[in-house]
Amino acid sequence: MQYLDFEKPIFELEKKISELKEFADGEKLEISSEIKILTAKLERLQREIYKKMNRWQRVKIARHPARPYTLDYIEALATDFIELHGDRGYGDDKAIVVGLATLEGRRVLFVGQQKGRDVKQRQFRNFGMCHPEGYRKALRGFQLADRFKLPIVILIDTPGAYPGIEAEERGQAEAIARNLREMCRIRVPIVVVVIGEGASGGALGIGLGDKIFMLENSWYSVISPEGCAAILWKENPQEKYETAADALRVTAQDAMGLGIVDKIIPEPLGGAHRDPGKVMDLVRKYILGALEELERIEPAELLAKRLAKYRKIGVFEIEKEN
Amino acid sequence: MELFKKNQNSQPDQRKKELPDGLWTKCNNCGEIIYIKELEKNFWVCHKCDFHFRILSSDYIGLILDEGKLDEYDGNLISADPLEFKDSKRYPDRVKGAIKNTGLKEAIVCGCGTIDTKPVSFAVMNFGFVGGSMGSVVGEKVARSIERSLEKRIPLIIISASGGARMQEGILSLMQMAKTSSLLALLYDQKIPYISVLTNPTTAGVMASYASLGDIIIAEPQALLGFAGQRVIKQTIGQDLPKGFQSSEFFLEHGFIDFICHRRDLKKQISSLLNYLKVQD
Repeated sequence: MQYLDFEKPIFELEKKISELKEFADGEKLEISSEIKILTAKLERLQREIYKKMNRWQRVKIARHPARPYTLDYIEALATDFIELHGDRGYGDDKAIVVGLATLEGRRVLFVGQQKGRDVKQRQFRNFGMCHPEGYRKALRGFQLADRFKLPIVILIDTPGAYPGIEAEERGQAEAIARNLREMCRIRVPIVVVVIGEGASGGALGIGLGDKIFMLENSWYSVISPEGCAAILWKENPQEKYETAADALRVTAQDAMGLGIVDKIIPEPLGGAHRDPGKVMDLVRKYILGALEELERIEPAELLAKRLAKYRKIGVFEIEKEN
Repeated sequence: MELFKKNQNSQPDQRKKELPDGLWTKCNNCGEIIYIKELEKNFWVCHKCDFHFRILSSDYIGLILDEGKLDEYDGNLISADPLEFKDSKRYPDRVKGAIKNTGLKEAIVCGCGTIDTKPVSFAVMNFGFVGGSMGSVVGEKVARSIERSLEKRIPLIIISASGGARMQEGILSLMQMAKTSSLLALLYDQKIPYISVLTNPTTAGVMASYASLGDIIIAEPQALLGFAGQRVIKQTIGQDLPKGFQSSEFFLEHGFIDFICHRRDLKKQISSLLNYLKVQD
């Protein structure tokens, strides 16, 4: 398993324990008490390191190469998945997955950005960075769901909308803007879960909904810590990622504090990839709970509530008249 | 943006400061030496190359609204510091500096006025105020401008000039995109016309929300328009950008604006459009 820089002591100890176990098995030695001690030490170390993670470390967990991606969730949560392709105008964006599926007896539409696991897959999925046709494919899905009364489940995991020449030629800004407006006209429940990275407009472009959840170690902000550092600290941005992550307040806990997110879905110690089954069960529970609540609301009221939710976001002061 | 920076005048609030003698200036695009009075008469457009100098929100009010008169609303909304954001400066100090330099309270001025006697809800941005960036105040003022259109059932005109969402307010700025766009859904459904005017520059979070959602979208010539920053695109693709990339002309060519309009004709064109696009009962 790959590990991150700050996780090194944990992995060294894990390695030591497994080596010791192997050695003991081979030599038929009885060392269970030593292993017990080391395991207790490991648990302590894990708690110490993971409970004290700073924001930048959480961003790294959100990007962990072993972290579950959109299709992993769909596979684990749903049955009868039928993937739908294409925006009917230009092409099929592989960075975004749209499809019909059954979630514990409920027929829903899934939409989510998809990252790749290996070099080839990463390129195929364009690192989860959408082009305009990706946002338009998603919109096609939303409008289909609206017409046939299927609730929508959205999984967000993107390092941003793709910044490229063709993306601009095909109207990246227009595609995102249109989705923001149209998602407020979709008359079925929309549940959004940020499962990994929620980078700016690229994330928000499929991110409007009635309930917004974030996994404990996901991040969501107006810009990535790297992007922010590059703008603010031109001299040595690499040294400022931690500072930028703190300044931007990128974590799920921050977003919750700012009133953007409805609930945080807890992750196992060390991140979702440490126990994907457990995370999937929780995500399923949260989504189903939200759908049950939202399905009881009349469409007109649902839209009014969605609008009101976004209408009140913002912090400002009113200057007193002199 | 760097490509364009070289060719253009800097912050609008510096426009007058750069001209201590106040008689002549140089077009940053073609190098023509222009008599300031002439430039002013020509709507701050170079008579030789049609380069549009960046102008202030007050100039647009004078240019477009009858008698240059805006009944301003929400001028008392000012930025807070919800993230306690600090880089080389504290965010509140950055805002205070902008207020001092521009004499404005925020990056947008909103209110009501008339165009050839037709009442409109009118909002105009100021690039000189923290890069015209959209934080909670800009988002709120745009939202209220849309609500005034809905309430009074009058058309909405927004003149944009912005580098995007304001970084210093983090995810709150991002969500202003959702806030403004979701209200535009109501305007859309109620068949109240919205004309979006794009000026140099309109990019990122503003371009990817209300600026792109006009029933009609007009741009001034040679404005920088787009989603991603040019430096980021260059870094991502590792090659130089084509000439004219992300300009008004590029946007027209690719089908994302209705037409390009010389500043002198803005009022006339908006007014004519409003004769066709009437609020529907």
